[in-house]
Amino acid sequence: MEERTIIEVDGLVHRYGDFLAVDHISFGVREGEIFSFLGPNGAGKSTAINVLTTLLPIQEGRVVVAGHDVSKNPAKVRESIGIVFQEVTLDRDMTCREILEFHGRLYSMQREERRRRIDELLELVALDHKRDTLTRHLSGGMKRRLEIARGLMTRPRVLFLDEPTIGLDPQTRLKMWDYIKAVNEEGTTIFLTTHYMDEADRLSDRVSIIDHGKIITTGRSYELKNMLGEDLVYLETSDNSATRALLEQLESVTRISEKGHGLVAVVNSDGTRLLPHIMETLGQNGITLETVNLKKPSMDDVFVHFTGKELRDEGAERPVTTAARAGRR
Amino acid sequence: MARLGFLTIYWRDMLRFVRFKTVLVSSLVQPALWLAFFGIAMAANFDRLAGSVPTIPGVPVVSYLTYMAAGVIAMTTLFTSLFGGIVLLFDKNWGLMREIMASPLPRNDVIFGIALSGMTKSFIQAGIIMVFGIFIGAEFFLGYSAGQTFISLLGILLFLGIFSLGFLFLSAAISISLESPEGLQGIITLLTMPIFFASNALYPVNAFPPLLQIISGINPLTHLVNGIRFFAIGDDFQSIGIHYTATTGEIALSLCVLAIFAAIMFALAYWRFQKAVVT
Ligand SMILES: Nc1ncnc2c1ncn2[C@@H]1O[C@H](COP(=O)(O)OP(=O)(O)OP(=O)(O)O)[C@@H](O)[C@H]1O
Ligand SMILES: [Mg+2]
Repeated sequence: MEERTIIEVDGLVHRYGDFLAVDHISFGVREGEIFSFLGPNGAGKSTAINVLTTLLPIQEGRVVVAGHDVSKNPAKVRESIGIVFQEVTLDRDMTCREILEFHGRLYSMQREERRRRIDELLELVALDHKRDTLTRHLSGGMKRRLEIARGLMTRPRVLFLDEPTIGLDPQTRLKMWDYIKAVNEEGTTIFLTTHYMDEADRLSDRVSIIDHGKIITTGRSYELKNMLGEDLVYLETSDNSATRALLEQLESVTRISEKGHGLVAVVNSDGTRLLPHIMETLGQNGITLETVNLKKPSMDDVFVHFTGKELRDEGAERPVTTAARAGRR
Repeated sequence: MARLGFLTIYWRDMLRFVRFKTVLVSSLVQPALWLAFFGIAMAANFDRLAGSVPTIPGVPVVSYLTYMAAGVIAMTTLFTSLFGGIVLLFDKNWGLMREIMASPLPRNDVIFGIALSGMTKSFIQAGIIMVFGIFIGAEFFLGYSAGQTFISLLGILLFLGIFSLGFLFLSAAISISLESPEGLQGIITLLTMPIFFASNALYPVNAFPPLLQIISGINPLTHLVNGIRFFAIGDDFQSIGIHYTATTGEIALSLCVLAIFAAIMFALAYWRFQKAVVT
């Protein structure tokens, strides 16, 4: 079955002066899916989203959203989308209801529909008890929820969420994910950016990893993880270099890298079956095994693999670890 | 449904206007206080000075308070209008501008919405000053019939409206182009000084040096004051020893100057808004 594409981006480039913030990216988002941009601070996620939502004029490339070209028909694009910006975009001196009312009017919604929709959405994001509270008196999570509700006022075909859970406590984040999933199940395509691994992993159908303005890879999160092999074996031994030499002879070990005091071996067969064999071989060669760990690749591993650096939740650019480099010999 | 998107912007700006009771009250009381203290104090001086100047027989004499009340209305409108666009600047930095720019609302509607709410505020202020002024002794609409008073009020509103539109467009254009409210504050101070002092709001311009007279002649504030005095006081009066006459043609010309000013300012705002990028 051919799925319909609702966002098509082809060769998008965006510069701030001489600085290349988005560097020839191309991708497609299918109708009905949750699609994420995962990348560290300054990767170019917001810049890309701002071009897709017509806030920044398109400089180079082609972007079609909901069937409309952003350069030829920005007004139509605007009618078809909802946006939650990275920074809080609320008037502190308006109430929750007024924020939604204003949005409905901006999009020429009829009075009756506005009222119905405001009731529905305040309930969806559990803010009905705050209906007449000024937004200055809302907590960070409530503000975010209100903004999501606003993004949904017009029943957009695509909802853009720029770092929807930034600065929220873990519990609120989980709830927010539930809202986002619920919204998606009602048929809204979701495009979100994040620098949280778990968010990209758990929430989205497909993920693009973006760094330095480039898309490094795109796929379903399990596909991305499978690219790394089936299992990761972590070993700490009395003689790591000898261990390395032994592991390199094994058929199913595709890559070996150093991590902390030990080694990580990427294996493309069932690790539970391979591990006893490895332990036996080490024993035969007089190497003592100090620690052993077997795990499935995580989104973190995927990120390190593709970008050559680790991504922390804060998104700080940390020095390149040896892991991925060593592995690419 | 007809496209009346600017009403959305208007609604929201008025919502804020009435929400903040202290801001609201002070914006209404301040011009009245100006009139009360400055007006009464200066009137005492000017009227004493004018007492030594022989009056022109057969021409109605108007007190200085009456004379300057028209100027205070004009001045208040100038300030309110120049600051009218500041909400755009706040919105740009901390508020809803991103949402507005990403919505299908045409940018002109933002300009018109802000202009309309600014105009409404000016009307309310002008009304208060007028009532208060008359209360403390300004002789507005003296000897007018009810019908004449009504027509005169409409005339004043027409002048105030067009004048405030011009400065609101200017304010919107500056606000959308700037990054910080401080910048706007600075520009406004820079603008108001010459506009205010090179005008006939508080004193006659007859004794100005020629250059200042020319500036005063193209100054929208002068033309607004002309209009207000024509409708509120009359076309033939004397105050502080100077004889004022105005023909309908001269008043129509003043209105034209204001309209041209507003049109140019709209063009400026239109251009700035088309260029504006808010992210
Ligand atoms: N208005 C601007 N002028 C100049 N450079 C900019 C501007 N906006 C962004 N940049 C630069 O472009 C790059 C991409 O920024 P962008 O905001 O798109 O990153 P991001 O992926 O959204 O990061 P974050 O996770 O911090 O939100 C950064 O290096 C940033 O410094
Ligand atoms: Mg960003």
